[in-house]
Amino acid sequence: MTMTRRTVIGGALTMGAMTALPHARARAAGNKQLTIGVCSDFSGTYSDVGGKTSVACVHQAIEDWGAAAKGYDIKVIQGDHQNKPDIGAGLARQWFDNGVDMLIDVPNSAVGLAIAAVAGEKNKTYINTNSATSLLTGKKCNASTIHWSYDTYMLSHSTGGAMVAQGGKSWFFITANYAFGQLLRDQTSAVIKAAGGKVVGDVDYPFPQTTDFSSFLLQAQSSGAQVLGLANAGKDTVNSIKQAHQFGITQSGMKIAGLLIYLNDIHGIGLEIAQGLVLTESFYWNMNDRTRAFTKRVLPKTPNNYPSMAQAGCYSGTTHFLKAVDAMGVDQAGNGPAVVAQMKKMPTDDDAFGQCSIREDGRFMCASYLFRVKKPGESAIPWDYYDLLHKTSAEDTFAPLATEGCPLVKA
Amino acid sequence: MFGFSRAQLISLVILIAVVIAAPFFVYPIVAMQVMCYALFALGTNLLMGSVGLLSLGQAAYFGLGGYTAGYLVQSLGLTPEIGIVAGGLAGGLLGAVFGWLAIRRQDIYFAMITLALAQIVYFGAVQLTGFTGGENGIQGIPRSALFGLFPLANDHAIYALVAVVFLIGVVFVHRVIHSPFGQVVRAVRDNEPRMVSLGYRPASYKRIMFILAAVLAGIAGGLKAMVMGIQTLSDVGIATSGLVVLMVLLGGIGTIFGPIVGALIVIAMQYYLAPFGAWVIVIQGGIFVICVLVFRRGIVGELAYRLKSPL
Repeated sequence: MTMTRRTVIGGALTMGAMTALPHARARAAGNKQLTIGVCSDFSGTYSDVGGKTSVACVHQAIEDWGAAAKGYDIKVIQGDHQNKPDIGAGLARQWFDNGVDMLIDVPNSAVGLAIAAVAGEKNKTYINTNSATSLLTGKKCNASTIHWSYDTYMLSHSTGGAMVAQGGKSWFFITANYAFGQLLRDQTSAVIKAAGGKVVGDVDYPFPQTTDFSSFLLQAQSSGAQVLGLANAGKDTVNSIKQAHQFGITQSGMKIAGLLIYLNDIHGIGLEIAQGLVLTESFYWNMNDRTRAFTKRVLPKTPNNYPSMAQAGCYSGTTHFLKAVDAMGVDQAGNGPAVVAQMKKMPTDDDAFGQCSIREDGRFMCASYLFRVKKPGESAIPWDYYDLLHKTSAEDTFAPLATEGCPLVKA
Repeated sequence: MFGFSRAQLISLVILIAVVIAAPFFVYPIVAMQVMCYALFALGTNLLMGSVGLLSLGQAAYFGLGGYTAGYLVQSLGLTPEIGIVAGGLAGGLLGAVFGWLAIRRQDIYFAMITLALAQIVYFGAVQLTGFTGGENGIQGIPRSALFGLFPLANDHAIYALVAVVFLIGVVFVHRVIHSPFGQVVRAVRDNEPRMVSLGYRPASYKRIMFILAAVLAGIAGGLKAMVMGIQTLSDVGIATSGLVVLMVLLGGIGTIFGPIVGALIVIAMQYYLAPFGAWVIVIQGGIFVICVLVFRRGIVGELAYRLKSPL
């Protein structure tokens, strides 16, 4: 058989059965076509911190970059990984085989890592903006993967470090029992111990099916720890904090360290309960004129959900990907390692994160900000939730290069 | 010929032709998934069709096969064929133990025992993170070279492997059903007291069938882990056990080609309806209800009934 993949896919398309699929496309000469796949959680725990708002940010990036005026025809497709690594990896494999040039977003570290393995195997650009695990730029890094926005090292050192500095020396963890929660707990524990504190207990709950945290919260309460460390994210964090409030845990003086809290979560919890929480993000919409301008542009596409750092990462990552592809020529867009190398070469600049860069291990290097959640009376405009406490430079935000065992970095 | 009826022989030829042509027309990964699940369903049908026992825990053997193969290939660096064979053996061993327990009861009690045992395996998989990776699963299983010689990285190369194993599986299942052994098993299903009075030991026959089903499930699980490069809790959970029963029912209990058609329909649905996300399960449920109400023999079963020839 001398059929090429293109004729095969074309044949399959003419069978007419593939209407629901991301269509494979032939790269016609003179017509600069790209396909971007947003793989996210559209129905579960992480749908608010990824999902539709991530898709909106990708569309906004394409619009702001002026793709149409530059002669590009860019298609954005989306898929729900349902927080299952096998579904995510299968979807990524299918997309890459059918001509998707770049895959972005992907909340949930287990899925994020599974897709990184596929992207590495298929040599396709993969920009993860929404998984926390620092393994993406550590032991599991590869030449096709870039990790945007934030990671567990940043969260554990910034939020964890700040809580210890405030005098929270004994901790009890409630951990989402998968790649993300385990790593975040372990890294935060290391920070606590290095600062002379101790971890008195830990309970791992089954993810993603847990919605009732009462038994774990009671264990935390009876442990007598000063700080309740939440090594979870999304709706799990919202539920944990709300339920902790209902049980009177916060009122009794135990502090909550939400190690990964997004703006969307604060909105879900409400300022009445969330006030005073300390958290870390690398993007906040009300930070400066550029972030406000970006947010104003994207809001009509996602009216009820302001972008968080992960979703703003979709904007920033897509923008930089388009710049890199444009610089090297669209015919190279399918070559993941080449695109990623180009992206690492160019400094990034966009309204969401400002001027940043990408390190050779695939780590997006940007500053991070320690915020405190405002009291209900202090919030003047909708979604105005944060007071800035401290800015950490990019170099101090992330693990030093070559300390995390990434094979791409020659020691 | 070889115990195949005329209609079965024609069907087999068509099946082989479809298997050879498929990767040039459809996405090979999906075609391979169909074959893995079809093999799994063929094994399950040995129990449901020939022995007349409904097991709700077949995913335990499927998942264990996948984990065993994934672990051996990824962590120990062994070659895929060893992984797949070991997956089959692991499934068979577990099946021997569980079968020994479960076949003491019949009907709903049998189903419940298999379900309970499979749930034990599921929660074991959640906890034994050193072996299974817990919620993360075993990720990035390499498609290393078959026998250390033939690279499988190309989709069409591994497709050939899956196709060969699958077709051998089809012929094997047909032989089992049409052997003297298979006839005894069917007789046990239809009238167990009579077989006892004739001097047979029904329990041994049921147990062997149970183990065969588990071995096929284990091999199918191992193959799937090699194809997808990932092995997770989804494959060992109750949803997968239900899925394979659905495949058998949809295609036709007790037919050779029914489970294959069932697997094709269910996997194709999962693939083409993927944009609907979690709704796929609801749609599957609806189809199951329609199938039970409208054609209880299943698609191939109904066809065989019309043709008055076993398929």
